[in-house]
Amino acid sequence: MLKIKDLHVDLEEETKTILKGVDLEVEAGKVHAIMGPNGSGKSTLSYVLSGRDGYEVTKGSATLEGDDLLEMEPEERAAAGLFLAFQYPVEIPGVGNMTFLRTAVNAQRKARGEDEMSAADFLKMVRARAKDLKIDADMLKRPVNVGFSGGEKKRNEILQMAVLEPKMCILDETDSGLDVDAMKLVAEGVNALRNEGRGFLVITHYQRLLDHIKPDVVHIMAEGRIVKSGGPELALEVENNGYADILAEMA
Amino acid sequence: MALDDRRQSVTDERLSAMVVPDVGCTAEARQAALGRVRSLGLPQGRDEYWKFTRPDTLVQPDAPAASIFKDDETPVFDSFDRLKIVFVDGVFAPDLSDDLSLEGVEIDRLEDVCCTDDHWAEELYGTLEAAGQTPVARPLAALNTAYAGDGVTIRVTGKPSKPISLIYTHEAEDSDVFLHHVIRVESGAEATILENGPAAARFNKCMEIDIADTGILHHIRAQGRDHQRRAVTHMFARLGRESVFKSFTLTANGVLTRNECVIELTGDDALAHVAGACVGDGDFHHDDTVFVTHDAVNCESRQVFKKVLRNGATGVFQGKILVKEGAQKTDGYQISQSLLLDDDSQFLAKPELEIYADDVVCSHGSTSGAIDEDGMFYLRARGVPKPIATDLLTLAFLAEAVEEIENEDLRDEINTRLQSWLERRRG
Repeated sequence: MLKIKDLHVDLEEETKTILKGVDLEVEAGKVHAIMGPNGSGKSTLSYVLSGRDGYEVTKGSATLEGDDLLEMEPEERAAAGLFLAFQYPVEIPGVGNMTFLRTAVNAQRKARGEDEMSAADFLKMVRARAKDLKIDADMLKRPVNVGFSGGEKKRNEILQMAVLEPKMCILDETDSGLDVDAMKLVAEGVNALRNEGRGFLVITHYQRLLDHIKPDVVHIMAEGRIVKSGGPELALEVENNGYADILAEMA
Repeated sequence: MALDDRRQSVTDERLSAMVVPDVGCTAEARQAALGRVRSLGLPQGRDEYWKFTRPDTLVQPDAPAASIFKDDETPVFDSFDRLKIVFVDGVFAPDLSDDLSLEGVEIDRLEDVCCTDDHWAEELYGTLEAAGQTPVARPLAALNTAYAGDGVTIRVTGKPSKPISLIYTHEAEDSDVFLHHVIRVESGAEATILENGPAAARFNKCMEIDIADTGILHHIRAQGRDHQRRAVTHMFARLGRESVFKSFTLTANGVLTRNECVIELTGDDALAHVAGACVGDGDFHHDDTVFVTHDAVNCESRQVFKKVLRNGATGVFQGKILVKEGAQKTDGYQISQSLLLDDDSQFLAKPELEIYADDVVCSHGSTSGAIDEDGMFYLRARGVPKPIATDLLTLAFLAEAVEEIENEDLRDEINTRLQSWLERRRG
């Protein structure tokens, strides 16, 4: 599904290298988690994959089902099936959540050469998915993320994921700013979307999200590369001992 | 004080080309206004409040020609149940208008007022305009009072069941139009006034609005369509105790628009909100000049102006809050912002506060910026292509102004209109 090979990335504005050779492959149907200390490059990886400005790839490649992601505009990556759940979802006043969702879905369908969805079908589909995430009709009508609580914003991200049905989902610190109940709800939303055809890359600081979204593989990232990979037990090790031991092991 | 030679000759030249209409009971007010024009002189580019907007084409004797913009767009507010009052190039068109009788409101044509004894509007005609000449002169408004060829008087006595809709159509390429409306909202009454249409090649419109204690007036205006039209409009509003005035203007197209709004809060606990959203392209020049005077206790005023400019368009905002001595507990707010879609466009802003009371809250802010990059990336990451994302973020930018429209249906109408204009522009 997602293949990242020897990815090197600099910041565009200053001469600073953030990613120093990331190798990672997420297979369809699998959930991979990336953990790591602050400044290790986790969020940069999610931004580079989704096409945010401000980064320069100096070496390496990233492909989604064989297509070169790095050559595509952000909207083309989305249409190709990549989805990033933002750590800080952006507020867009004056644009209703429903309008936003319909614009996104139809733009993606158009880019893929598919017909636009009828308004009635769309409404039905969104309402059903929203209900699963305990998102009420009012939240669908309100402007995108405006006045939403931290939990509502993250649930809204998962709703977008559910509606857009991407092949590859990247969750960037989706647990940040969430209380336990909100995190559970978000995790349930994600788990409901797990299936054989879909890959997940879950970026998190803490093991607790992984109690709810059980990963198949856990990677530890430090100083711009993946320094250790293992099963779910690796996350527990981090939880108990911190990153120090693992990093010392590498040194 | 004698005018300088240049101003004198420009003023003389303009006045010599015009005739004060023969107008019965407004004759005195018109002569007084003519006197104001003569003593003030017409505006010139070096005047303090005309530095950002060249007055030449508004002042010169003949209106620069403006071709009629043909499109198949349904006019704004078309689907609303409303009382239509239509002016074609500034002349009231009874056959296109509805019957002017509606419960809770008395509407007369200005021409008829002039021939009626003891009409309520007689005392108001030119009064608020005259009062609004200090401390800042507005000679083009006085010119309007003197020469207005048509207009309506609207007296709101109850709560009319539908909005009163003033529609201005433009048919002659060189039409030079003066319209003057007088509006009085009686105590406890409430109405909505809509305005739309390109009006004329050159449009000079003056609206005097007197809102009695506890009266409420909503005003929603859409200035659009004809690319080459010019307009200078004035609204003079006087607000009594616990009264409410909310005005919103949407502007697109038009080579030159100057909207002046002069509000005087004269009764305690009154509220005035004036907002504008404009979308300008190319040789578009749009100027909002606002003056709000707080002369009573515990009044609230808001000025919210947003301009989206591209391809060399210019936006101007001159907004003032004057808090007079004794106007304690004033809550004044003013924001003017521009979204510049390229480096060729410009926004010129002059926010002013003048406060003579010590227990007030007044805030003002003015910004110019580009499209929000975080918002752009968020939308594109969801698959929305850049041009559509730009439109959505433009709507987001304008939202604070549009949200000043209280009625949800009218707000949706304005938003839908904005969307379709942006879409059409996108091609």
